Amino acid sequence: MRSTRGRWLGLYSWLLLAYLLVPIIGMVFFSFNDVLAGRPQVSFQWNGGTLRWYRELTHIVGLPESFWLSIRLAVASTIVATIVGTLLALALVRYEGKKFRGRRIVDQTLFMNIAAPEIVMGASLLGMFASYHIARGFTTLLISHAVFSLAYVTVTVRARLQGFDRHLEEAAGDLGSTPLTTFRLVTLPMIMPGVLAGAMMAFALSLDDFVVSNFVAGTTLPFPVWVYGATRMGVPPQVFVFGTLIFLLGAAAAIGSLVMSRRGMKRT
Amino acid sequence: MSGARRRERLVGRLAPYLLGLPAIVWLAVFFLIPLALMLVKALQECNPATGVCVMTWHWSSLSDAWTNSSTIIFRSVTYAAIATVIDLVLSFPIAYWIAFYAGRRKNFFLIMLLVPFFVSFVIRTVIWKFLLSSDGLVVHSLQALHLVSSDYQILGTTGAVIAGLAYNFLPFTALPLYVSLERLNPALLEASHDLYAGRITTFRRVVLPLCAPGIFAAFLLTFIPAFGDYVNQQVLGGFGNTMVGTVIQNLFLVNNDFSAGSALSVIVMGISLIGIVIYGRLLGSKSIGDFV
Repeated sequence: MRSTRGRWLGLYSWLLLAYLLVPIIGMVFFSFNDVLAGRPQVSFQWNGGTLRWYRELTHIVGLPESFWLSIRLAVASTIVATIVGTLLALALVRYEGKKFRGRRIVDQTLFMNIAAPEIVMGASLLGMFASYHIARGFTTLLISHAVFSLAYVTVTVRARLQGFDRHLEEAAGDLGSTPLTTFRLVTLPMIMPGVLAGAMMAFALSLDDFVVSNFVAGTTLPFPVWVYGATRMGVPPQVFVFGTLIFLLGAAAAIGSLVMSRRGMKRT
Repeated sequence: MSGARRRERLVGRLAPYLLGLPAIVWLAVFFLIPLALMLVKALQECNPATGVCVMTWHWSSLSDAWTNSSTIIFRSVTYAAIATVIDLVLSFPIAYWIAFYAGRRKNFFLIMLLVPFFVSFVIRTVIWKFLLSSDGLVVHSLQALHLVSSDYQILGTTGAVIAGLAYNFLPFTALPLYVSLERLNPALLEASHDLYAGRITTFRRVVLPLCAPGIFAAFLLTFIPAFGDYVNQQVLGGFGNTMVGTVIQNLFLVNNDFSAGSALSVIVMGISLIGIVIYGRLLGSKSIGDFV
Protein backbone atom coordinates (compact mmCIF):
# COMPACT_ATOMS: atom_id res chain seq x y z
CA MET A 1 0.00 0.00 0.00
CA ARG A 2 2.87 2.27 0.87
CA SER A 3 4.40 1.79 -2.54
CA THR A 4 1.18 2.66 -4.42
CA ARG A 5 1.00 5.87 -2.46
CA GLY A 6 4.63 6.51 -3.34
CA ARG A 7 3.90 5.91 -7.01
CA TRP A 8 0.99 8.35 -7.08
CA LEU A 9 3.04 10.95 -5.25
CA GLY A 10 5.87 10.35 -7.69
CA LEU A 11 3.60 10.83 -10.68
CA TYR A 12 2.24 14.02 -9.17
CA SER A 13 5.73 15.31 -8.43
CA TRP A 14 6.91 14.73 -11.98
CA LEU A 15 3.85 16.54 -13.33
CA LEU A 16 4.51 19.49 -11.04
CA LEU A 17 8.15 19.62 -12.12
CA ALA A 18 7.03 19.53 -15.75
CA TYR A 19 4.70 22.46 -15.07
CA LEU A 20 7.57 24.39 -13.50
CA LEU A 21 9.63 23.75 -16.61
CA VAL A 22 7.01 24.94 -19.15
CA PRO A 23 8.26 28.53 -19.54
CA ILE A 24 11.90 27.43 -19.64
CA ILE A 25 11.28 24.93 -22.41
CA GLY A 26 9.27 27.61 -24.20
CA MET A 27 12.13 30.07 -23.90
CA VAL A 28 14.84 27.70 -25.17
CA PHE A 29 12.63 26.41 -27.99
CA PHE A 30 11.53 29.84 -29.20
CA SER A 31 15.05 31.24 -29.07
CA PHE A 32 15.43 29.29 -32.35
CA ASN A 33 12.22 30.70 -33.83
CA ASP A 34 12.55 32.70 -37.03
CA VAL A 35 10.80 36.01 -37.60
CA LEU A 36 9.33 36.43 -41.07
CA ALA A 37 8.48 40.09 -41.36
CA GLY A 38 8.65 43.38 -39.57
CA ARG A 39 10.79 44.41 -36.64
CA PRO A 40 12.17 41.23 -35.05
CA GLN A 41 10.35 40.40 -31.84
CA VAL A 42 9.42 37.18 -30.10
CA SER A 43 6.14 35.55 -30.91
CA PHE A 44 4.86 32.10 -30.12
CA GLN A 45 3.90 31.36 -33.70
CA TRP A 46 6.42 28.83 -35.02
CA ASN A 47 8.05 30.21 -38.18
CA GLY A 48 10.77 27.63 -38.64
CA GLY A 49 14.08 27.12 -36.88
CA THR A 50 17.03 29.46 -37.22
CA LEU A 51 20.30 30.23 -35.49
CA ARG A 52 20.03 33.83 -36.58
CA TRP A 53 19.47 35.26 -33.09
CA TYR A 54 22.51 33.42 -31.78
CA ARG A 55 24.60 34.90 -34.60
CA GLU A 56 23.09 38.37 -34.16
CA LEU A 57 23.35 38.19 -30.39
CA THR A 58 24.95 41.60 -30.00
CA HIS A 59 22.90 43.45 -32.60
CA ILE A 60 20.38 44.99 -30.23
CA VAL A 61 21.53 48.29 -28.80
CA GLY A 62 21.66 48.19 -25.01
CA LEU A 63 20.94 44.51 -24.53
CA PRO A 64 24.50 43.07 -24.48
CA GLU A 65 25.57 45.96 -22.26
CA SER A 66 22.79 45.24 -19.78
CA PHE A 67 23.70 41.55 -19.79
CA TRP A 68 27.36 42.26 -18.98
CA LEU A 69 26.32 44.78 -16.39
CA SER A 70 24.21 42.11 -14.69
CA ILE A 71 27.10 39.63 -14.69
CA ARG A 72 29.58 42.20 -13.33
CA LEU A 73 27.07 43.31 -10.74
CA ALA A 74 26.36 39.73 -9.63
CA VAL A 75 30.08 38.93 -9.31
CA ALA A 76 30.87 42.12 -7.38
CA SER A 77 27.88 41.94 -5.03
CA THR A 78 28.50 38.23 -4.41
CA ILE A 79 32.10 38.91 -3.38
CA VAL A 80 31.09 41.69 -1.00
CA ALA A 81 28.09 39.85 0.48
CA THR A 82 29.97 36.56 0.88
CA ILE A 83 32.96 38.03 2.71
CA VAL A 84 30.98 40.38 4.92
CA GLY A 85 28.20 37.85 5.56
CA THR A 86 30.59 35.01 6.42
CA LEU A 87 32.44 37.15 8.95
CA LEU A 88 29.16 38.06 10.61
CA ALA A 89 28.10 34.40 10.69
CA LEU A 90 31.37 33.53 12.45
CA ALA A 91 30.77 36.26 15.02
CA LEU A 92 27.17 35.16 15.63
CA VAL A 93 27.93 31.46 16.09
CA ARG A 94 31.12 31.83 18.12
CA TYR A 95 30.21 34.50 20.60
CA GLU A 96 27.11 34.24 22.70
CA GLY A 97 25.69 36.04 25.71
CA LYS A 98 27.96 38.63 27.23
CA LYS A 99 30.71 38.03 24.73
CA PHE A 100 28.67 39.63 21.98
CA ARG A 101 26.39 42.38 23.22
CA GLY A 102 23.78 43.44 20.73
CA ARG A 103 23.68 39.99 19.17
CA ARG A 104 19.88 39.94 19.42
CA ILE A 105 19.57 43.25 17.60
CA VAL A 106 21.80 41.96 14.81
CA ASP A 107 19.70 38.79 14.67
CA GLN A 108 16.48 40.74 14.39
CA THR A 109 17.92 43.07 11.76
CA LEU A 110 18.88 40.05 9.66
CA PHE A 111 15.40 38.67 10.05
CA MET A 112 13.81 41.96 9.09
CA ASN A 113 16.12 42.20 6.11
CA ILE A 114 14.95 38.82 4.82
CA ALA A 115 11.33 39.51 5.64
CA ALA A 116 11.10 43.06 4.26
CA PRO A 117 9.21 43.23 0.98
CA GLU A 118 11.63 44.00 -1.84
CA ILE A 119 9.57 46.97 -2.91
CA VAL A 120 10.04 48.59 0.50
CA MET A 121 13.79 48.01 0.38
CA GLY A 122 14.04 49.42 -3.13
CA ALA A 123 11.87 52.42 -2.32
CA SER A 124 13.74 53.23 0.90
CA LEU A 125 17.14 52.98 -0.81
CA LEU A 126 15.96 55.22 -3.63
CA GLY A 127 14.67 57.69 -1.05
CA MET A 128 18.05 57.78 0.68
CA PHE A 129 20.08 58.07 -2.50
CA ALA A 130 17.82 60.86 -3.68
CA SER A 131 17.98 62.78 -0.37
CA TYR A 132 21.78 62.78 -0.43
CA HIS A 133 21.96 63.43 -4.17
CA ILE A 134 23.85 60.23 -4.86
CA ALA A 135 23.75 59.55 -8.58
CA ARG A 136 22.16 56.23 -9.43
CA GLY A 137 24.31 53.71 -11.28
CA PHE A 138 26.61 50.76 -10.76
CA THR A 139 27.61 51.80 -7.22
CA THR A 140 24.06 52.17 -5.96
CA LEU A 141 23.15 48.84 -7.60
CA LEU A 142 26.14 47.14 -5.97
CA ILE A 143 25.30 48.55 -2.53
CA SER A 144 21.67 47.48 -2.79
CA HIS A 145 22.38 43.99 -4.12
CA ALA A 146 24.95 43.35 -1.39
CA VAL A 147 22.38 44.44 1.21
CA PHE A 148 19.73 41.91 0.23
CA SER A 149 22.24 39.07 -0.39
CA LEU A 150 24.18 39.55 2.83
CA ALA A 151 21.52 38.20 5.19
CA TYR A 152 21.02 35.07 3.07
CA VAL A 153 24.77 34.38 3.07
CA THR A 154 24.95 34.84 6.85
CA VAL A 155 22.02 32.49 7.47
CA THR A 156 23.41 29.82 5.14
CA VAL A 157 26.95 29.93 6.54
CA ARG A 158 25.66 30.01 10.10
CA ALA A 159 23.60 26.85 9.54
CA ARG A 160 26.77 25.14 8.41
CA LEU A 161 28.87 26.49 11.29
CA GLN A 162 26.49 25.27 13.97
CA GLY A 163 27.42 21.65 13.38
CA PHE A 164 31.11 22.44 13.47
CA ASP A 165 33.43 20.75 15.98
CA ARG A 166 35.38 23.49 17.74
CA HIS A 167 37.82 20.99 19.22
CA LEU A 168 39.51 20.81 15.84
CA GLU A 169 40.46 24.47 16.12
CA GLU A 170 41.63 24.03 19.68
CA ALA A 171 43.73 21.08 18.56
CA ALA A 172 45.32 23.22 15.86
CA GLY A 173 46.06 25.89 18.48
CA ASP A 174 47.61 23.31 20.80
CA LEU A 175 49.82 22.19 17.97
CA GLY A 176 51.22 25.71 17.75
CA SER A 177 49.21 27.08 14.88
CA THR A 178 48.47 30.82 14.91
CA PRO A 179 44.80 31.90 14.78
CA LEU A 180 45.19 33.01 11.18
CA THR A 181 46.73 29.72 10.07
CA THR A 182 44.05 27.82 11.95
CA PHE A 183 41.40 29.82 10.16
CA ARG A 184 43.01 29.21 6.77
CA LEU A 185 43.80 25.51 7.22
CA VAL A 186 41.02 24.28 9.52
CA THR A 187 38.02 26.61 9.73
CA LEU A 188 37.78 27.76 6.13
CA PRO A 189 37.91 24.30 4.50
CA MET A 190 35.23 23.07 6.91
CA ILE A 191 32.81 25.94 6.29
CA MET A 192 33.61 26.14 2.57
CA PRO A 193 30.49 24.22 1.43
CA GLY A 194 28.30 26.67 3.38
CA VAL A 195 30.21 29.66 2.02
CA LEU A 196 29.88 28.35 -1.53
CA ALA A 197 26.17 27.68 -1.10
CA GLY A 198 25.73 31.21 0.26
CA ALA A 199 27.76 32.67 -2.60
CA MET A 200 25.69 30.80 -5.20
CA MET A 201 22.53 32.08 -3.59
CA ALA A 202 23.86 35.65 -3.58
CA PHE A 203 24.84 35.34 -7.23
CA ALA A 204 21.44 33.98 -8.25
CA LEU A 205 19.56 36.61 -6.22
CA SER A 206 21.56 39.41 -7.79
CA LEU A 207 21.30 38.13 -11.36
CA ASP A 208 17.56 37.70 -11.05
CA ASP A 209 16.69 40.82 -9.11
CA PHE A 210 14.24 43.18 -10.70
CA VAL A 211 12.29 45.09 -8.05
CA VAL A 212 15.17 46.67 -6.11
CA SER A 213 17.21 47.24 -9.28
CA ASN A 214 14.33 49.02 -10.93
CA PHE A 215 14.38 51.60 -8.13
CA VAL A 216 18.12 52.18 -7.85
CA ALA A 217 19.29 51.63 -11.43
CA GLY A 218 18.69 55.08 -12.89
CA THR A 219 19.77 54.81 -16.52
CA THR A 220 22.18 51.91 -15.91
CA LEU A 221 19.85 49.02 -16.69
CA PRO A 222 20.64 45.48 -15.55
CA PHE A 223 19.33 42.64 -17.73
CA PRO A 224 15.94 42.02 -15.97
CA VAL A 225 15.17 45.74 -15.92
CA TRP A 226 16.05 46.05 -19.60
CA VAL A 227 13.80 43.10 -20.49
CA TYR A 228 10.96 44.53 -18.44
CA GLY A 229 11.28 47.83 -20.29
CA ALA A 230 11.30 45.98 -23.61
CA THR A 231 8.01 44.18 -22.89
CA ARG A 232 6.12 47.37 -23.72
CA MET A 233 7.46 47.64 -27.26
CA GLY A 234 7.97 43.99 -28.12
CA VAL A 235 10.73 41.70 -26.90
CA PRO A 236 13.61 41.13 -29.36
CA PRO A 237 14.38 37.40 -29.86
CA GLN A 238 17.91 37.89 -28.53
CA VAL A 239 16.40 38.23 -25.05
CA PHE A 240 15.55 34.53 -25.19
CA VAL A 241 19.10 33.74 -26.32
CA PHE A 242 20.57 35.60 -23.35
CA GLY A 243 17.98 33.93 -21.12
CA THR A 244 19.06 30.55 -22.45
CA LEU A 245 22.71 31.41 -21.79
CA ILE A 246 21.94 32.37 -18.19
CA PHE A 247 19.94 29.17 -17.82
CA LEU A 248 22.88 27.07 -19.08
CA LEU A 249 25.21 28.91 -16.69
CA GLY A 250 22.92 28.14 -13.76
CA ALA A 251 22.42 24.53 -14.84
CA ALA A 252 26.19 24.04 -15.15
CA ALA A 253 26.73 25.47 -11.65
CA ALA A 254 23.98 23.23 -10.24
CA ILE A 255 25.33 20.08 -11.90
CA GLY A 256 28.80 21.02 -10.72
CA SER A 257 27.66 21.33 -7.11
CA LEU A 258 25.70 18.06 -7.42
CA VAL A 259 28.80 16.21 -8.66
CA MET A 260 30.90 17.79 -5.93
CA SER A 261 28.46 16.79 -3.18
CA ARG A 262 28.36 13.22 -4.58
CA ARG A 263 32.12 13.06 -4.41
CA GLY A 264 32.07 14.43 -0.89
CA MET A 265 29.56 11.75 0.11
CA LYS A 266 31.69 8.99 -1.35
CA ARG A 267 34.72 10.14 0.58
CA THR A 268 33.03 9.94 3.94
CA MET B 1 55.05 39.05 27.82
CA SER B 2 52.15 40.12 29.97
CA GLY B 3 51.56 43.06 27.62
CA ALA B 4 51.31 40.66 24.71
CA ARG B 5 48.89 38.48 26.61
CA ARG B 6 46.77 41.45 27.57
CA ARG B 7 46.67 42.53 23.96
CA GLU B 8 45.68 39.04 22.96
CA ARG B 9 42.85 39.04 25.49
CA LEU B 10 41.69 42.44 24.26
CA VAL B 11 41.64 41.18 20.68
CA GLY B 12 39.73 38.12 21.88
CA ARG B 13 37.13 40.30 23.54
CA LEU B 14 36.80 42.58 20.54
CA ALA B 15 36.75 39.71 18.03
CA PRO B 16 32.97 39.35 17.65
CA TYR B 17 32.59 43.08 17.04
CA LEU B 18 35.51 43.21 14.62
CA LEU B 19 34.19 40.22 12.68
CA GLY B 20 30.68 41.56 12.62
CA LEU B 21 31.59 45.20 12.05
CA PRO B 22 31.52 45.34 8.24
CA ALA B 23 28.15 43.59 8.06
CA ILE B 24 26.67 45.59 10.92
CA VAL B 25 27.76 48.88 9.35
CA TRP B 26 26.49 47.78 5.94
CA LEU B 27 23.10 46.74 7.33
CA ALA B 28 22.79 49.86 9.46
CA VAL B 29 23.71 52.32 6.72
CA PHE B 30 21.97 50.67 3.79
CA PHE B 31 19.03 48.94 5.43
CA LEU B 32 18.02 50.48 8.77
CA ILE B 33 18.80 54.12 8.01
CA PRO B 34 16.91 54.07 4.68
CA LEU B 35 13.90 52.60 6.50
CA ALA B 36 14.10 55.34 9.13
CA LEU B 37 14.47 57.98 6.43
CA MET B 38 11.42 56.55 4.71
CA LEU B 39 9.36 57.13 7.84
CA VAL B 40 10.73 60.68 8.06
CA LYS B 41 9.96 61.31 4.40
CA ALA B 42 6.41 60.10 4.91
CA LEU B 43 5.94 62.92 7.42
CA GLN B 44 7.42 65.54 5.12
CA GLU B 45 5.88 67.58 2.38
CA CYS B 46 7.79 67.11 -0.87
CA ASN B 47 7.73 69.17 -4.00
CA PRO B 48 7.57 66.63 -6.85
CA ALA B 49 9.06 69.09 -9.34
CA THR B 50 12.15 70.13 -7.37
CA GLY B 51 12.39 67.14 -5.03
CA VAL B 52 12.84 69.41 -2.02
CA CYS B 53 11.19 68.12 1.14
CA VAL B 54 10.14 70.10 4.20
CA MET B 55 9.37 68.51 7.55
CA THR B 56 5.73 69.12 8.40
CA TRP B 57 5.06 66.26 10.85
CA HIS B 58 2.01 65.34 8.85
CA TRP B 59 1.12 62.09 10.57
CA SER B 60 -2.08 62.33 8.59
CA SER B 61 -0.16 61.40 5.44
CA LEU B 62 0.00 57.85 6.80
CA SER B 63 -3.74 57.69 7.40
CA ASP B 64 -4.32 59.37 4.02
CA ALA B 65 -2.21 56.74 2.32
CA TRP B 66 -4.23 54.10 4.12
CA THR B 67 -7.63 55.52 3.14
CA ASN B 68 -6.53 56.13 -0.45
CA SER B 69 -5.16 52.65 -0.94
CA SER B 70 -6.98 50.40 1.51
CA THR B 71 -8.91 48.66 -1.27
CA ILE B 72 -5.70 47.99 -3.17
CA ILE B 73 -3.93 46.84 0.00
CA PHE B 74 -6.73 44.41 0.86
CA ARG B 75 -6.68 43.18 -2.71
CA SER B 76 -2.91 42.61 -2.58
CA VAL B 77 -3.20 40.76 0.73
CA THR B 78 -5.97 38.58 -0.73
CA TYR B 79 -4.06 37.74 -3.92
CA ALA B 80 -0.89 36.97 -1.99
CA ALA B 81 -2.81 34.84 0.53
CA ILE B 82 -4.55 32.84 -2.21
CA ALA B 83 -1.26 32.30 -4.04
CA THR B 84 0.41 31.19 -0.79
CA VAL B 85 -2.36 28.70 0.00
CA ILE B 86 -2.22 27.32 -3.56
CA ASP B 87 1.55 26.94 -3.22
CA LEU B 88 1.31 25.21 0.15
CA VAL B 89 -1.26 22.74 -1.20
CA LEU B 90 0.63 22.13 -4.45
CA SER B 91 4.05 21.78 -2.93
CA PHE B 92 3.27 19.70 0.16
CA PRO B 93 2.98 16.40 -1.77
CA ILE B 94 6.19 16.96 -3.71
CA ALA B 95 8.10 18.01 -0.59
CA TYR B 96 6.78 14.90 1.18
CA TRP B 97 7.70 12.70 -1.76
CA ILE B 98 11.25 14.08 -2.04
CA ALA B 99 11.76 13.77 1.72
CA PHE B 100 10.48 10.21 2.10
CA TYR B 101 10.52 8.49 -1.29
CA ALA B 102 13.23 10.01 -3.46
CA GLY B 103 16.05 8.14 -1.73
CA ARG B 104 19.40 8.82 -3.28
CA ARG B 105 18.06 11.11 -5.96
CA LYS B 106 16.97 13.75 -3.41
CA ASN B 107 19.52 16.30 -4.55
CA PHE B 108 18.55 15.84 -8.17
CA PHE B 109 14.90 16.58 -7.45
CA LEU B 110 15.75 19.55 -5.27
CA ILE B 111 17.73 21.05 -8.12
CA MET B 112 14.85 20.34 -10.49
CA LEU B 113 12.67 22.41 -8.15
CA LEU B 114 15.17 25.24 -8.44
CA VAL B 115 15.48 25.12 -12.22
CA PRO B 116 12.93 27.91 -12.78
CA PHE B 117 15.28 30.22 -10.90
CA PHE B 118 17.91 29.74 -13.57
CA VAL B 119 15.70 31.78 -15.84
CA SER B 120 15.12 35.38 -14.96
CA PHE B 121 11.93 36.10 -13.04
CA VAL B 122 10.94 38.75 -15.58
CA ILE B 123 11.48 36.44 -18.56
CA ARG B 124 9.45 33.67 -16.88
CA THR B 125 6.57 36.06 -16.40
CA VAL B 126 6.83 37.39 -19.97
CA ILE B 127 6.67 33.82 -21.31
CA TRP B 128 3.53 33.16 -19.29
CA LYS B 129 2.08 36.28 -20.85
CA PHE B 130 2.60 34.76 -24.29
CA LEU B 131 1.32 31.34 -23.23
CA LEU B 132 -1.84 32.80 -21.69
CA SER B 133 -2.59 35.37 -24.41
CA SER B 134 -5.70 35.03 -26.58
CA ASP B 135 -3.78 33.40 -29.42
CA GLY B 136 -1.47 31.54 -27.04
CA LEU B 137 -1.14 27.85 -26.33
CA VAL B 138 -3.37 27.61 -23.27
CA VAL B 139 -6.42 29.45 -24.58
CA HIS B 140 -6.12 27.72 -27.96
CA SER B 141 -6.03 24.26 -26.39
CA LEU B 142 -9.01 25.01 -24.18
CA GLN B 143 -10.93 26.32 -27.19
CA ALA B 144 -9.98 23.30 -29.30
CA LEU B 145 -11.44 21.07 -26.59
CA HIS B 146 -14.58 23.27 -26.58
CA LEU B 147 -14.14 23.85 -22.89
CA VAL B 148 -14.37 27.60 -23.26
CA SER B 149 -16.02 30.00 -25.68
CA SER B 150 -14.12 31.71 -28.50
CA ASP B 151 -13.94 35.06 -26.73
CA TYR B 152 -12.50 33.52 -23.57
CA GLN B 153 -9.65 35.47 -22.01
CA ILE B 154 -7.12 34.61 -19.35
CA LEU B 155 -4.62 37.40 -19.74
CA GLY B 156 -5.54 40.52 -17.86
CA THR B 157 -7.75 38.70 -15.38
CA THR B 158 -7.27 38.35 -11.64
CA GLY B 159 -6.84 34.61 -12.18
CA ALA B 160 -3.81 35.22 -14.39
CA VAL B 161 -2.18 37.44 -11.76
CA ILE B 162 -2.72 34.91 -8.96
CA ALA B 163 -1.55 32.05 -11.18
CA GLY B 164 1.59 34.00 -12.03
CA LEU B 165 2.30 34.70 -8.36
CA ALA B 166 1.71 31.06 -7.46
CA TYR B 167 3.98 29.89 -10.27
CA ASN B 168 6.84 32.25 -9.48
CA PHE B 169 6.96 31.61 -5.74
CA LEU B 170 6.23 27.87 -5.66
CA PRO B 171 9.85 26.76 -5.10
CA PHE B 172 10.07 29.20 -2.18
CA THR B 173 7.25 27.26 -0.53
CA ALA B 174 8.39 23.78 -1.51
CA LEU B 175 11.98 24.07 -0.26
CA PRO B 176 11.33 25.11 3.36
CA LEU B 177 8.54 22.53 3.57
CA TYR B 178 10.97 19.90 2.36
CA VAL B 179 13.58 20.96 4.92
CA SER B 180 11.16 20.55 7.83
CA LEU B 181 9.72 17.26 6.49
CA GLU B 182 13.21 15.89 6.03
CA ARG B 183 13.93 16.48 9.71
CA LEU B 184 10.76 14.63 10.70
CA ASN B 185 11.50 11.21 12.15
CA PRO B 186 9.50 8.53 10.25
CA ALA B 187 9.30 6.54 13.49
CA LEU B 188 6.89 9.18 14.79
CA LEU B 189 4.51 8.40 11.93
CA GLU B 190 4.70 4.69 12.77
CA ALA B 191 4.18 5.44 16.45
CA SER B 192 1.11 7.47 15.58
CA HIS B 193 -0.18 4.60 13.48
CA ASP B 194 0.50 2.11 16.30
CA LEU B 195 -1.52 4.31 18.60
CA TYR B 196 -4.49 3.89 16.24
CA ALA B 197 -4.36 7.34 14.66
CA GLY B 198 -5.77 7.37 11.16
CA ARG B 199 -3.89 8.96 8.30
CA ILE B 200 -5.73 12.24 8.60
CA THR B 201 -5.25 12.40 12.36
CA THR B 202 -1.57 11.62 11.96
CA PHE B 203 -1.25 14.37 9.39
CA ARG B 204 -3.13 16.87 11.53
CA ARG B 205 -1.60 16.09 14.90
CA VAL B 206 1.90 14.90 14.03
CA VAL B 207 3.03 16.06 10.60
CA LEU B 208 1.53 19.55 10.57
CA PRO B 209 2.77 20.68 14.01
CA LEU B 210 6.27 19.42 13.27
CA CYS B 211 6.22 21.24 9.94
CA ALA B 212 5.27 24.55 11.53
CA PRO B 213 8.74 26.09 11.08
CA GLY B 214 8.69 25.09 7.42
CA ILE B 215 5.23 26.52 6.92
CA PHE B 216 6.34 29.71 8.61
CA ALA B 217 9.40 30.01 6.37
CA ALA B 218 7.21 29.28 3.35
CA PHE B 219 4.84 32.06 4.41
CA LEU B 220 7.75 34.42 4.82
CA LEU B 221 9.30 33.61 1.45
CA THR B 222 6.04 33.44 -0.53
CA PHE B 223 3.41 35.67 1.03
CA ILE B 224 5.60 38.69 1.73
CA PRO B 225 7.22 38.93 -1.72
CA ALA B 226 3.90 38.15 -3.42
CA PHE B 227 2.24 40.90 -1.39
CA GLY B 228 4.72 43.52 -2.62
CA ASP B 229 5.12 42.13 -6.14
CA TYR B 230 4.09 44.16 -9.14
CA VAL B 231 5.77 42.40 -12.04
CA ASN B 232 3.10 39.71 -12.26
CA GLN B 233 0.34 42.26 -12.05
CA GLN B 234 1.91 44.58 -14.62
CA VAL B 235 2.69 41.82 -17.12
CA LEU B 236 -0.22 39.43 -16.61
CA GLY B 237 -2.90 41.62 -15.12
CA GLY B 238 -5.02 44.43 -16.44
CA PHE B 239 -7.30 47.14 -15.14
CA GLY B 240 -9.09 46.46 -11.90
CA ASN B 241 -6.48 44.19 -10.36
CA THR B 242 -3.80 46.75 -9.51
CA MET B 243 -1.65 45.70 -6.58
CA VAL B 244 -0.02 47.91 -3.97
CA GLY B 245 3.46 47.37 -5.45
CA THR B 246 2.34 48.98 -8.70
CA VAL B 247 1.05 52.01 -6.84
CA ILE B 248 4.29 52.45 -4.88
CA GLN B 249 6.37 52.05 -8.00
CA ASN B 250 4.32 54.65 -9.85
CA LEU B 251 4.43 57.11 -6.94
CA PHE B 252 8.22 56.91 -6.82
CA LEU B 253 9.23 56.47 -10.42
CA VAL B 254 6.42 58.06 -12.42
CA ASN B 255 4.86 60.74 -10.21
CA ASN B 256 8.07 61.52 -8.32
CA ASP B 257 5.95 61.85 -5.20
CA PHE B 258 8.42 60.52 -2.65
CA SER B 259 6.33 61.61 0.31
CA ALA B 260 3.18 59.69 -0.63
CA GLY B 261 5.29 56.76 -1.86
CA SER B 262 7.13 56.61 1.44
CA ALA B 263 3.90 56.77 3.42
CA LEU B 264 2.47 53.82 1.50
CA SER B 265 5.75 51.89 1.82
CA VAL B 266 5.70 52.42 5.58
CA ILE B 267 2.21 50.93 5.65
CA VAL B 268 3.27 47.94 3.53
CA MET B 269 6.27 47.35 5.79
CA GLY B 270 4.07 47.64 8.86
CA ILE B 271 1.51 45.15 7.51
CA SER B 272 4.29 42.71 6.63
CA LEU B 273 5.79 42.91 10.12
CA ILE B 274 2.41 42.59 11.83
CA GLY B 275 1.62 39.63 9.59
CA ILE B 276 4.90 37.96 10.50
CA VAL B 277 4.39 38.45 14.24
CA ILE B 278 0.77 37.21 14.20
CA TYR B 279 1.63 34.25 12.01
CA GLY B 280 4.60 33.36 14.19
CA ARG B 281 2.41 33.46 17.31
CA LEU B 282 -0.25 31.32 15.65
CA LEU B 283 2.30 28.67 14.85
CA GLY B 284 3.53 28.83 18.43
CA SER B 285 7.07 29.90 17.78
CA LYS B 286 8.95 31.06 20.83
CA SER B 287 11.05 33.70 19.17
CA ILE B 288 11.32 35.07 15.70
CA GLY B 289 15.01 34.30 15.84
CA ASP B 290 14.24 30.57 15.62
CA PHE B 291 13.63 30.98 11.95
CA VAL B 292 16.56 33.09 10.98
